[in-house]
Amino acid sequence: MIWDRRYECMEREETAQLQLERLQSTLNRVYRNVSFYKKRFDLLKILPDEIQSIKDLEGFPLTSKEDLRQSYPYGMFALPLRDVVRIHSSSGVTGKPTVTGYTRNDLHHWSQLTARVLTAGGITKDDVVQITFKYGLFTGAFGLHHGAELIGASVIPMSTGNTSKQVLIMQDYKTTALVSTPSYALRLARYMGVEGIDPKNLSIKLGLFGGEPCPEPMRKEIEDRLFISVTDNYGVSEVMGPGVAAECELKNGLHLYEDHFIPEIIDPVTLQVLPPGDEGELVLTTLSKEAFPLVRYRTRDITSLDFSPCPCGRSQVRMKKVLGRSDDIIIVKGVNVFPSQVESILMEVEGVEPRYQIIADRVEGVDTLEIKVEVNERFFSDEIKILQGISAQIERKVREIIGVSAKVKLVAPESLQPIEGKASKVIDRRKIKS
Amino acid sequence: MLRVESISVFYGAIQALRNVSIHVSAGEIVTLLGANGAGKTTLLKIISGIHIPSKGKLWFSGRNITGLPAERILGLGVGQVPEGRQIFAPLSVIDNLILGAYVRFRREERKEVLKDLDFIFELFPVLKERTKQRAGTLSGGEQQMVAIGRTLMAQPKLLLLDEPSMGLAPKVVADIFKTIQTLQSRATTIFLVEQNAKAALKVADRGYVIETGRIILEGETPDLLNNKDVQRAYLGKEYREVWE
Repeated sequence: MIWDRRYECMEREETAQLQLERLQSTLNRVYRNVSFYKKRFDLLKILPDEIQSIKDLEGFPLTSKEDLRQSYPYGMFALPLRDVVRIHSSSGVTGKPTVTGYTRNDLHHWSQLTARVLTAGGITKDDVVQITFKYGLFTGAFGLHHGAELIGASVIPMSTGNTSKQVLIMQDYKTTALVSTPSYALRLARYMGVEGIDPKNLSIKLGLFGGEPCPEPMRKEIEDRLFISVTDNYGVSEVMGPGVAAECELKNGLHLYEDHFIPEIIDPVTLQVLPPGDEGELVLTTLSKEAFPLVRYRTRDITSLDFSPCPCGRSQVRMKKVLGRSDDIIIVKGVNVFPSQVESILMEVEGVEPRYQIIADRVEGVDTLEIKVEVNERFFSDEIKILQGISAQIERKVREIIGVSAKVKLVAPESLQPIEGKASKVIDRRKIKS
Repeated sequence: MLRVESISVFYGAIQALRNVSIHVSAGEIVTLLGANGAGKTTLLKIISGIHIPSKGKLWFSGRNITGLPAERILGLGVGQVPEGRQIFAPLSVIDNLILGAYVRFRREERKEVLKDLDFIFELFPVLKERTKQRAGTLSGGEQQMVAIGRTLMAQPKLLLLDEPSMGLAPKVVADIFKTIQTLQSRATTIFLVEQNAKAALKVADRGYVIETGRIILEGETPDLLNNKDVQRAYLGKEYREVWE
């Protein structure tokens, strides 16, 4: 099902024209209304009048989360507060929070966009949607809530926590679709297992996940345990919240809503725009936002774009599932190493868990790379020879795929810290010394 | 149907349009809102080929029409109703209308053209009663009808209307806009330039807002009606506070 055929299935050429028009008007507005952008454009002597084509956007400066923090709270709003009808903000765990505002039109567009997300995930007006995102400053719950209402589904605004009650409501209210983080879905599955509740007896058939990456094995596990079809969607709080991109029923990449956002992929180190298909950091420019427009915002998420047509009928570009964060990237001997690359290599190797730690060091002026990998329980007691074979296999693959030689060290199961804090995945000792 | 890509126009040292991009799809009514001197009429004259842009490109029905002379563009199906009507005052109503079909005279029978007159009189019955009257002696509203009728005689696929409400009584404006809707239902695509935002947004599907030669807003009609800038500047709602 497609919510908005007119835009989601628009001819590529028409989309490009619409993007150019909206880009020009957006830049004209931010230059006039947002002092941050006016100052920065003036400083670099680059004016909105110079945008002749979408490609010219490359010449404009990037906006970082740090820029937003420095404009705390309302510095980057393009309209006075009395035109703003909603304010959301980030949690501010890693620094000052970032504050975003929405006008009535922004909320209207947001609902339309999340309705696209939910419709692509299979939700119709007949569904009962249980939303287990936290209602509050976080954009996730409200964004999808409005979209579900727009479709005409019955929304249960559960918010987070209280797993037993969540399951009770799921049973009694006959929830058909679950909106949550993938890890919470697993937690629900585990709880049902412990309590002896058979998910097959529930009405639930769809899962829409967001808020954190949902790698393929995780999706598979949730689908198998809860007997539901899971689609992934992508959002960025500062850019809009949910409603930036979403998977269609083919589950082969997330359609990014190009009538509202222009995506670019840059090299997170050189900041150069990469050709289509290359992996790099996603940069987004908003095209319709009135209260909080952003020009070339660095999402820090690593992905790639696929412009080939999708059999589902949508013409909009597909972004890959997010592979990781560009903050985690390390450069060893001039080669960019993404933890996600290591992860995908490990998933293919039998006998090891995708739990690892990457350690970069510098010995007598030469960069070294070490990867600690947990061995699967079954293999742990095996012969040294087999273990050596496994580590040699990983070393070879790392050399072939990433293009840098690494020393692989196999460690006991569960000996590495659980990968929750992102920092634990990558340790760069070179920085500590210098 | 019409695609305007990053058009810039200079009048001497003055830049009248800065990187203006718009599009009009078949069957749509699209409006361009803006104050006096914002560049609305300039843009229309660029589309109809009266002015040539300094930079940028124009496409009509998939064909690049940048730099084509006005009569060729009219021949392709772009008809403009000029600002202030510009009818031929000393000529009769019927002569004004027939003159509008001059591009067709070369390739078609006069009979065909005369048949189209019936369509115009169906659209504007009041003109039928005044066919022999000199156009200059008509009321403002009737003159506007003659101007629209004259352009329609060229059978345009895209009709460009420049301030059709200018100087007309509210009742007449309502009639003119009703006609615009009738035309849309007969598969004419319309690009409407207006200062009367209220009237224009009642009939338009989409719109653009232009300020000092730059497009600052694009959106569907409900979005424009909800936009505070549009409300303040063009709809007379929500005035700024004294200190602003």
